[in-house]
Amino acid sequence: MKAQILTPASKSVRAAQAAGDRRNGKSKSDGWWPWLFVVPTVAGIGVFYLWPIVQTFYYSFTKWGVFGGTKFIGLDNYVRLFADSTIPQSILNTLIYTVVVLLGIPIAVILASLIERPGLRFAALYRTLYFIPYITMPAAVGIVWRLIYNGDFGPINWFLGLFGIQGPYWTSTPGFALLAVATVGLWMSLGFNLIIISAGLREIPRELFEAAEMDGASRVRQFFSITVPLLTPSIFFVTIVTVISGFQLFDLLYVMMGKANLAMPQTQSLVYIFYNQAFLQNDKGYAAAIGILILVIIALLTAFQFRIQKRWVNYV
Amino acid sequence: MSESMLSTQSGVESRRSGPVADPPQAGGAPTGRDGKSRSTKGRGTPRPAGKNRGTKGAKGGKQGSNVLAHCVLAIGGLAMISPLLYQIVMSLSTNAEVQSTPPTLWPSVVQWHNFADVFTSMNFGSQLWVTVAITVIRVIGQVLLCSMAGYAFARMQFRFKGLILAVVLSIIMVPSQLFLIPQYQIIQNLGWLNSIAGIVAPGIFSAFGLFLMRQFFMGLPDELEDAARLDGANPFQIFFRVMLPLAANGLWALVIITVLWSWNDLLWPLVVTSTANAAPLSVGLSNLQGEHANNYPILMAASLMAMAPILIMFLLMQKRVMAGIGRSGLK
Repeated sequence: MKAQILTPASKSVRAAQAAGDRRNGKSKSDGWWPWLFVVPTVAGIGVFYLWPIVQTFYYSFTKWGVFGGTKFIGLDNYVRLFADSTIPQSILNTLIYTVVVLLGIPIAVILASLIERPGLRFAALYRTLYFIPYITMPAAVGIVWRLIYNGDFGPINWFLGLFGIQGPYWTSTPGFALLAVATVGLWMSLGFNLIIISAGLREIPRELFEAAEMDGASRVRQFFSITVPLLTPSIFFVTIVTVISGFQLFDLLYVMMGKANLAMPQTQSLVYIFYNQAFLQNDKGYAAAIGILILVIIALLTAFQFRIQKRWVNYV
Repeated sequence: MSESMLSTQSGVESRRSGPVADPPQAGGAPTGRDGKSRSTKGRGTPRPAGKNRGTKGAKGGKQGSNVLAHCVLAIGGLAMISPLLYQIVMSLSTNAEVQSTPPTLWPSVVQWHNFADVFTSMNFGSQLWVTVAITVIRVIGQVLLCSMAGYAFARMQFRFKGLILAVVLSIIMVPSQLFLIPQYQIIQNLGWLNSIAGIVAPGIFSAFGLFLMRQFFMGLPDELEDAARLDGANPFQIFFRVMLPLAANGLWALVIITVLWSWNDLLWPLVVTSTANAAPLSVGLSNLQGEHANNYPILMAASLMAMAPILIMFLLMQKRVMAGIGRSGLK
C-alpha cells in the first residue's frame, strides 16, 4: 500500500499556523522543550526521506558500476529516457489504468446517493460490503483475482462461455491484462471513494431536497441539480487521489501478472519499470531518472487539475 | 440537528431565502477548528445518518421507491464481496474441484486441512510473525513520534517552526520512488537487509502522521493545558497526562492507517528482503506464485489467512476504520 496522500491546500496550513500563533498570545518561545518533541521525528524524516530525495536527484545524473561506485554522466540517463520506447508505452498504460479506475467515481456517486437516502435500512451493511475490498491486502487479493481470471477454468470465462464467448487468457494477453488489472483497481478503490463522497453528501442540507421536492422536482432531477453540483468538492478530492495513486500502480500488476509474464512489457506501469531497473537490473542511475519522471508527471497532472477545478467545482 | 425540525415550514423558508442554509454541523470529532475549512468538506468524518433514520418512514410515501435502491445496492454489494466468497469456497476445495467447470459452488468434502497445509508447504508462520512484528513496531513508533512532534508543531513556539514544518510536509506529495534507492542503501549499509529492523526503519517516521496529529492537536481547547501549566507541570507531563488522552480519536485514525499500510505494503519489503523467512506475508504471497502456482486451494487458504486479521479488525470496529480512512487521503 502506498502512503500517498494529499495535503489540503497550503493556504489552509498557513491559516492554521496563524491561528495557532494567535492562540498562544505573543509568539513567545517555549525554550528547548519543543526540540525534545520534534527532533526524533524530524531527524528520521530528514535521514529517510528528505536527504534521499536529494540523493535520488543526484543519482539520476550517474551511472552505476557492476561492482558499486557511481560515475557522473550528466544528462545521459534523461537522453536515454526520452529514447526508450517502453517509457511512452508505460505512461499510456498507467493512463489507461487511471482512466478505468476513475470510472469508479461516478459509480460511487450513484451508490452514495442511494446509501445516504434518509431512513434507508441496511445502510451500514451496504457500507461494510463496499468498503471491504479497500482494506484487503493487494498481494492476497491479486492471487484470488488471478484465479478468477484464469483462462481455462476461471469463473469469468466460464460465464462468458455460457453465451458462447471464448474468453481470453486475461492476465497474459497484452491489452486484456491491463484491463483485468484496472478492473481490480476500480473494485478496490470504490469503497474509499464511497466513504469520501458519502461524507460530502451528508453535509448537503436536507432542506434543499425537500424544497426541490415541493417544487415537484423528480429524484433524477434532484440528483443532477443538487447532489452532483454540491458534491463537486468531494469528487474533486477523490479524483486527485485516484490520479496520484493510479500513477503509483505496482502491487496489483506485480501480483496478478508476475515477473515472468510475457505480456508484461506491453502492460507494465512506470513504477514497475522503476522497480525493474533499480532492483532487478541494478541500473539505479537510470531508475532514479525514472523516479524523477514519475514525480514530474504527478506534479503536472495535479497542478493541471487544480487549475481546471474552477470550471467545475462549486465551493458553497 | 434533528430531521423532524426540518418540516415543510423550514423547507419553504429556505427556498425563499435562497438555497444556502447552514450546513448541519458535522459535530462530534474535533476537526481542527481553524484552517481546515476546505478539506473537511471532502473528508469530514463519515457518520451514519442515524438521526435521520425512521423519520422519513414515518411520513410514508417514500417507502416504495427504496425498493429499487435496495436492489441496486444489494446486487452491487454481492458483486463486491463475491471474490471473497469465491476465495473462501476454493480454500476449502480440492485442487481438482478448483479446476473444474462449471465452478464448484461448495466442495463435496470440506478440506479444512488446506489451512494447516499452508503452514507446512510455505513459510507462513515466520512470514506471519514478520508481518505482525513490523505492524506493531511501526504503530508504536508512529504513535509516539508523530504525536509528540505533531503536538509541538501545533501548540509550542520555537525557532524555524514554520520553515521546518513546510519542508517536512512537502515530502507528503513526493512519490515513494524518490526515496526507495537511498533508503535501500541505508539499510544495506547498516547490514539490515532481510531483517525486521530493515523493513520497519523508514516507516517508523511519517510526515503524514505528523501532519494528521498536528491538525488534531490544533483543534483541542487551551484551558486544560493552561490549568496544568499553572499547576507546575512540565511540557512532558502536560503532553502525556493531559493532551495525549484527549487526542484518542486522532490516535485511532493514525493507528488504523498505519496498521493497514504496514500490513499490506509490498514494494518496500520486496526490495529489502530476499529470503522467504525474512519476508512479510505480502512478499511471501506474491513470490509463492512461481513455486505453488498450481496448488490453488493452498494459495487461496494462504491469502485468506493473510488478510483475515485486517478483515476481523475492520468488522470489529467499522466506524473507527471508516472514520480513520475518511480523515486521510491514504493510498
